[in-house]
Amino acid sequence: MSTRQFGQPIKRNEDPRLLTGRALFTDDVQLAGMLHVAFLRSDLAHARIRSIDVDGARQSPGVAAVYTADDLGDYWQPGPLLVPPLPVEQIEFYQRTQVPLAKEKVCHAGEAVAMVVAESRYLAEDALDGIFVDYEPLDAVVDLGSALAEDAPLVHDDLGHNINARVTQAKGNWVQAEADADLIIRRRFSYDRGTAAAMENRGIVANWEEKSQHLTIWDTTQAPIAIRNGLAAMLGLSEHQVRVIAPFIGGGFGPKIMMFYPEEVLLAWATMQLGRPLKWIEDREENFYATTQERGQVHDARIALKEDGTVLGVKDVFLHDAGAYAPYGLTVPVSSQCTLLGPYVVPNYHSEFTSVFTNKPIVTPYRGAGRQHGVFVMERLLDIAAKELAIDPIEIRRKNYIQPEQFPYANDIVFQDFTQLIYDSGNYEPALDRALDLVGYEAFVREEQPKRRAAGERVGIGVVSYVEGTGIGPYEGARVTVESSGKISVATGIGTQGQGHYTSFAQVIADQIGVKVSDIHIVTGDTDLFYWGAGTFASRGAVVAGNAMHAAASKVREKILKVAGEKLEAAEEDLELIEGRVQVKGVPQTSISLGQLAVGANPMRGGVKPGTEPGLEATEYFGPERGATASGVHAVILRVDPDTFNLEIEKYVVVHDCGKVINPLILDGQIQGGVAQGIGNAFYEQLHFDENGALLNASLMDYLLPTALDVPNIVSDHVVTPSPLNPLGVKGAGEAGAIPVGALFAQAIDSAFGDIGLEVREIPLSPNRLFELVTEASAREMV
Amino acid sequence: MEQTISVSVNGRPYERSVEPRLLLSDFLRHDIGLSGTHVGCEHGVCGACTVLVDSAAVRSCLMFAVQANGREVTTVEGLDGGQEDLHPIQHGFWEKHGLQCGFCTPGILMTLVPFLEENPDPSEAEIREILSGNICRCTGYQKIVEAVQLSAILLQEKPG
Repeated sequence: MSTRQFGQPIKRNEDPRLLTGRALFTDDVQLAGMLHVAFLRSDLAHARIRSIDVDGARQSPGVAAVYTADDLGDYWQPGPLLVPPLPVEQIEFYQRTQVPLAKEKVCHAGEAVAMVVAESRYLAEDALDGIFVDYEPLDAVVDLGSALAEDAPLVHDDLGHNINARVTQAKGNWVQAEADADLIIRRRFSYDRGTAAAMENRGIVANWEEKSQHLTIWDTTQAPIAIRNGLAAMLGLSEHQVRVIAPFIGGGFGPKIMMFYPEEVLLAWATMQLGRPLKWIEDREENFYATTQERGQVHDARIALKEDGTVLGVKDVFLHDAGAYAPYGLTVPVSSQCTLLGPYVVPNYHSEFTSVFTNKPIVTPYRGAGRQHGVFVMERLLDIAAKELAIDPIEIRRKNYIQPEQFPYANDIVFQDFTQLIYDSGNYEPALDRALDLVGYEAFVREEQPKRRAAGERVGIGVVSYVEGTGIGPYEGARVTVESSGKISVATGIGTQGQGHYTSFAQVIADQIGVKVSDIHIVTGDTDLFYWGAGTFASRGAVVAGNAMHAAASKVREKILKVAGEKLEAAEEDLELIEGRVQVKGVPQTSISLGQLAVGANPMRGGVKPGTEPGLEATEYFGPERGATASGVHAVILRVDPDTFNLEIEKYVVVHDCGKVINPLILDGQIQGGVAQGIGNAFYEQLHFDENGALLNASLMDYLLPTALDVPNIVSDHVVTPSPLNPLGVKGAGEAGAIPVGALFAQAIDSAFGDIGLEVREIPLSPNRLFELVTEASAREMV
Repeated sequence: MEQTISVSVNGRPYERSVEPRLLLSDFLRHDIGLSGTHVGCEHGVCGACTVLVDSAAVRSCLMFAVQANGREVTTVEGLDGGQEDLHPIQHGFWEKHGLQCGFCTPGILMTLVPFLEENPDPSEAEIREILSGNICRCTGYQKIVEAVQLSAILLQEKPG
């Protein structure tokens, strides 16, 4: 190909369908005879169920069926544990996973108690009013700290305590580090819950076809293959009898990879009971309870330093809020534990966490998946230490960075993917310097900030660093086929939720096969078109599936060259693939189209040589030995409104290193969108639960998502340190934008209120909360 | 209890018998099969379900189908003339990567149609103001703003 497609800002293949309203989302699936499902959900966070009376609902107009846990028989089972406990020595783990419908007790508000199937969603919701549940309310476990008190109510009675897990990981010798230190900083940090709030709520359409004995599920999932395998096993079907399609999905961000949601288990079963297709679409209120959430942690952290700012060690003991059940294992707290170390040399580290059950919705990864918390703790410790030691906050970071020659850098603890936490590559100082330059650090702190402060303005600056473990295994696959038309069809198992896979994967393939990106048709997330795979999570699509695409396309290229060489009677090395044709280099008249070659590779009559495979097609898999480590620096200048305490972001800079860039347009979009979610998480979004576990702001009216007036234009630049762990040299980028924003805002707000010694130790903030913190700090200052 | 309504949608007349409580969004998506209009919050905050009713942008989740009786509705399916013939605003969004998952996009496009008619040369602040009624969770809005700026130029260049 004359022009390389990899690395170009190519506009997306998928957009015309999305822009014209012709892309298929789950709720767009309409089937003849379809029934609709609504769930009765508990208003109480913790209560014993004395009895459930569904007679009224069964007699309600248009109702086909009403189910409670008792109707499910042996099919009623707690869900599987998705991620087994970490293979480390110091671990306790108590498995409790979600159930399809609550049986004896409800463990969080919004837990489903009964399911109604009716001719329309309107009629199904009408029928919910005819169900009477006699509850015995119980005290709820809400606050993380009191969950472990001796007299705490029990989320799971049989467990005898509220511990989901305890894990300790350590490297070096913290005790020695503490003894050798010139300064120890000790603080408590908290990070509270938010929700992913994808614009499309979850949804499922399930259709059992009796005559063909085949089950088709359309599901807003990030992991269709695992859903197929699990449902087939639960329902006693062959995997070949179950097709799961993840069509266009309106945002994922992590919660859509949870499995199994009760609704998935129930709709698949009920369509087989009723012999009719069923649809359930989550409404926004349900989304606030029934879709998983993230972020609640409290850290007691210490850092030990020499007088010159050299970090000797960190000790961190934290509580993690698992919610009522913990189907996702320990992915989130382990990511916090590992990501805390950041881009720094931390020779001695002791980290222990306790994951606790609470009467709140389930916690599973949401964009960042615990990394935010680790970054927040470490960056805050460094900020506070720098202040104590009177060192510039930039210099304390620079001083402790891992140096380029130290890679691969082993951190001697185990990451969420069960491999050793080893950074494959990185080069942190150039990113820092670029960010300082772009934000205008020197000029701001030396001139602008003092001048504006003197004029009474509250303006602050923040600069933080982070690393992100991305692109973890196990593996993904891809099948690349040259069709008779000369166009390319491609299938992979992962689903797509807006990341531009139809385009970025096509760019990887286009360079190998010499066709236009727009002539490559990609299907993701349909289990009938690709059998194997894990899913879209942990910023791994471009890394793992992208490299599988590359491998399959390379194989197809070899096949093309072989058959073209025979046809054109030329040596393979004398051939080039260009604009959908194979030609002898420099001799365009001696050429053959890919379509002709594809037809020739699938002979309809005559003999072939033994061992001949039909078609110009290849299926390849890629599995990295471990994840690729992305990194970056964010910098911000912000102003606090003196009357409202709202923030005005005057400048926001991201310098990011995700290795080689496939499509800079798509990458910028990922970064900008991530930062927007980070801003929401840092300053607007917080789930407020009362002491009974009731969620007080379960609507978009009260849970504030950032709008176009809250998110600034972001200046971004890239440093490229290719990953040595995959042929394309790429690293993941999906989560990076969201990860450091809390730490960044905290530093910049402290900077704006430096004169009163403000020290932000919690996220999310809000104008109200900031006002309270500033008032407290001012009062302390006056004493 | 059902009522018969006549609604013109994208220039095509529909006569249907509907329950008074049927939302316009559900009518469009499920009764007449125009599923390009999306529903994100069902309480008028997110703007995903925005359509034009008699040329004004309205939230179809806050309106009953019976209220559209005798009126002209335009949905995202009515914007273009087929995949090769996108509306200038759709072009602007395609060129500038103004969408990721695309779920909120139809509502944003329909919000912009009357806005750009009234404000052919909007400032960035005006663009952000009008966009603030539509929530996008993927893009961070920056590329949407760029897309609107390009759309304004493309609309002015449009022949006729």
